[in-house]
Amino acid sequence: MTATATRYETIIGLEVHVQLLTNSKMFCSCAADYSGAEPNTHVCPVCLGAPGVLPVINERAIELISLTGLALHCSIAPFSKFDRKNYPYPDLPKGYQISQYDLPICAGGYLDVVTADGPRRVGITRIHMEEDTGRLLHRVDPVTGEGYSLIDLNRAGAPLMEIVSEPDIRTPAEAREYLVRLRQILRYIGVSTANMEDGQMRCDANISLRPVGQAEFGAKVEVKNMNSFRAVHDALVFEELRQAEALDRGERIPQETRGWVDDRAVTVSQRTKEEASDYRYFPEPDLPPLRFNEAYLESLRASLPELPEAKRNRFLALGLSDHEAETLVETRDRAEFFEALKARIGGDEQRATKLAANWVLGEVGRWANETGQNLADLPATPEKLAKLIQMAEEGAITAAAAKEVFSAVAESGEDPATVVEKRGLATISGDDELTAVVRDAIAGNAQAVADYHAGKESAIKFLVGQVMRATRGRADPQKATDLLAAELDSK
Amino acid sequence: MSDLWRLTAHEAHEGLRTRQFSAVELTQSTLDRIDAVEGAVHAFITPTPELARQQAEEADRRFASGTATPLTGIPVGVKDLIVTGGVQTTAGSRILEGFNPPFDSHVYEQIRRAGAVMVGKTNLDEFAMGSSTEHSAYGPTHNPWNLELVPGGSSGGSAAAVAAGECIISLGSDTGGSIRQPAALCGVVGFDPTYGRVSRYGIVAFGSSLDQVGPIGRDVRDAATMLDAIGGHDPRDSTSNPEPMPDLRQYLGQDIRGLRVGVPREYFGYGIEDGVRASVEKAIATLESLGCTVDRELSLPSTEHALAVYYLIAPSEASANLARYDGVRYGFSDRDASTMWENIEHTRGSGFGAEVKRRIMLGTYALSAGYYDAYYKKAQQVRTVIHREFEEAFKRYDVIVTPTSPTVAFPIGAKTDDPYAMYLNDIFTLPSAVTGLPAISLPCGLSDNLPVGVQVIGNFFDEGSVLRVAHALETAIGFANRLPEIAPGTP
Ligand SMILES: [Zn+2]
Repeated sequence: MTATATRYETIIGLEVHVQLLTNSKMFCSCAADYSGAEPNTHVCPVCLGAPGVLPVINERAIELISLTGLALHCSIAPFSKFDRKNYPYPDLPKGYQISQYDLPICAGGYLDVVTADGPRRVGITRIHMEEDTGRLLHRVDPVTGEGYSLIDLNRAGAPLMEIVSEPDIRTPAEAREYLVRLRQILRYIGVSTANMEDGQMRCDANISLRPVGQAEFGAKVEVKNMNSFRAVHDALVFEELRQAEALDRGERIPQETRGWVDDRAVTVSQRTKEEASDYRYFPEPDLPPLRFNEAYLESLRASLPELPEAKRNRFLALGLSDHEAETLVETRDRAEFFEALKARIGGDEQRATKLAANWVLGEVGRWANETGQNLADLPATPEKLAKLIQMAEEGAITAAAAKEVFSAVAESGEDPATVVEKRGLATISGDDELTAVVRDAIAGNAQAVADYHAGKESAIKFLVGQVMRATRGRADPQKATDLLAAELDSK
Repeated sequence: MSDLWRLTAHEAHEGLRTRQFSAVELTQSTLDRIDAVEGAVHAFITPTPELARQQAEEADRRFASGTATPLTGIPVGVKDLIVTGGVQTTAGSRILEGFNPPFDSHVYEQIRRAGAVMVGKTNLDEFAMGSSTEHSAYGPTHNPWNLELVPGGSSGGSAAAVAAGECIISLGSDTGGSIRQPAALCGVVGFDPTYGRVSRYGIVAFGSSLDQVGPIGRDVRDAATMLDAIGGHDPRDSTSNPEPMPDLRQYLGQDIRGLRVGVPREYFGYGIEDGVRASVEKAIATLESLGCTVDRELSLPSTEHALAVYYLIAPSEASANLARYDGVRYGFSDRDASTMWENIEHTRGSGFGAEVKRRIMLGTYALSAGYYDAYYKKAQQVRTVIHREFEEAFKRYDVIVTPTSPTVAFPIGAKTDDPYAMYLNDIFTLPSAVTGLPAISLPCGLSDNLPVGVQVIGNFFDEGSVLRVAHALETAIGFANRLPEIAPGTP
């Protein structure tokens, strides 16, 4: 519930551009991954817009867009075509962008998000393909102080898809949640790295307000230039308030495009509707229309991995908490590591689930956070980790020792049993050995012993700690407690 | 061994094969001929004598090593709309002056592979927009039959060069009649193959859904030889037909008895000159005498709309295709102004000629919001109607025979102030152009000492029937390789 929600209803729709993870660009064979490359080194006559060149469709890009459509419950058009979107700009080498106008590849899907008010289904209007533009780099001549611009066309022709949502989002927080869920799915199905900070995922937002109870929408403001989920959220919060205050003053909200200025945390007007471009879309004569047959779609469907929502539901059914399930499915590699570990542990399913979840959310997660690496690269593979867990469960090592073994295995990839042996981490099993340590602890801590005999029960905990320290965690704490009590009471 | 330039390609090939003369001698003879008449004809924008001599030497080596093809050592002219790596490619426009492409068009690659000798880049109406070659930024080409007259267009340089003996075969391109009409006006053979038969990769785009490269030669056999070399699938052009092209020379010299010939009524109006009508009627009578069944009852009622369809679709596509010429990356650039946008405006303002500007404006208008449905979309619908009429007709006929142009060559300057009169000169070539059908023009006689062309239109990808009829007709008429005497001195 936001500040303005009592008077106005906020209507938000998002347009998300996503760069696709293909080897080559959309219409030529230049490498699509230009990150870190010198300007204008990933270019060829086709993406430079030389006279006479022609585009050739990157089939993988179409596949990735179709996959996304399937993951977002869209229908895939049996017939789709490309169009030219005409507008002059120096970062657009041909003077038009190849895009899709009235027949996008995917339409009519949805994405379920969880909001403060419960679950909400956000409609997906369409997903279509387009080619990226180049980039302008603005410079100032240090001598003359004159501004000038340089063009880098490495990005020109990179494959993009645009995912357009219905105006179903009601709060800035929901908008952020939608983006988080969307990014999660895009990463699950491997169509994009979907990093907003790198521009692999870009978001424009349409926002309008209407008095509560009114059916028709207010004038739509498009907000651009938001480079993070936080920026999207903050820009929408700002816009919501700005528009509400204007409406309160009886002003009319003009339909316009506004840019988010991150360091000032405001939106500023960029273009009004009167200045809006006429893109003169028409069918791209250089590319034949796309036709999808059922067999192709069936093979795509088959290649779709289990999506986070289905995984989450399955994990909940295993007895995990909301939080546990949610955290486990956050990334695909975490969820898959969890499932592999659970399978290796085996035995009673609930027990295996609990153990695997504890480890993945505990030590394994810590390793990933600290190293910044993928779980697929963790040397402590599910197989080795399962062995380690097995040893801990059987009491062969203590919980404390298990953590030490994990650190070692995560570092070296050695077999856990070898680590235990080399480091002498096996739980002290013989009573004689432990009794000797217990007696040393009693002998060396007269004050605690006196406290114990004075009826201070907690003194025994201190003594257990001393035993654990002396054994470097190899003692079973319960057994140590029992032996201590027996020794102390026998005096 | 003088006058080698007078030979057809197949005659020259025989001489080269039997070592009666070398490719170097043949090329030198042609270069000498260029020296003698080019001042009067002006068929070339960029002659390439040095390159020609090199390629001729290479051709002689191929004859020595036994790897020669029917095109090896044959002097060829290439329309300057066709991208030739390392050789200036202007498209007849000031805006591409000095543009030295870093890549080859598919057709140039093909003729080089075949061992052809390029003697120069031929003149054309700027961006192929015109029917007289007067709209070239590099001055008009003169008709070798009468230097006061136009050679037709837009491939006027290619047709005039072949007729004047400045090359043996040439490459032209046909968007609305740009191969056939100049071939007719210059008394040579011009073949516009089915759209999709020859790759458009590296053809400076004018009307992308209409542009098609084809040969201009002194007889039908030469045209077939050239098409054999350039036709077939190219994965760089997504509109290129994936089917392999049959060996076209097998259709030459075949009996045409029993072939069904349709002669559409509508093609004898539109101010057709009496001399043109008489020559074409004679050709039709010749077909009957050769045993064809000629049906004069054929009606193609939508013929009259082809002009409107063409002058909406081609300029619409051109308005986008020509947007890339901004002076930033290549070609002519006016950088005297203080802002980028002004520089682009000035570059385009002085880089494009009047006819090109006219068509950019026509096309921009036809695609604009509010006009799209009435113009571009309606034109595409009517295009479909014309397409269906031809489809129906080809159920009953093997070929359709018509005049190529309503007039013989007209005086330079006669129609430059009346664009519509100029457009009407293509009225008989436009319907098959907007449909994409293969059509050839071959000389069928003289009217007032000027050549008249007859057009043979075939069904989609049935170049075979077109060549079969054209070759039989050519043999019966006996006009092949008839070259005009060019008056000495320049006009
Ligand atoms: Zn490229």
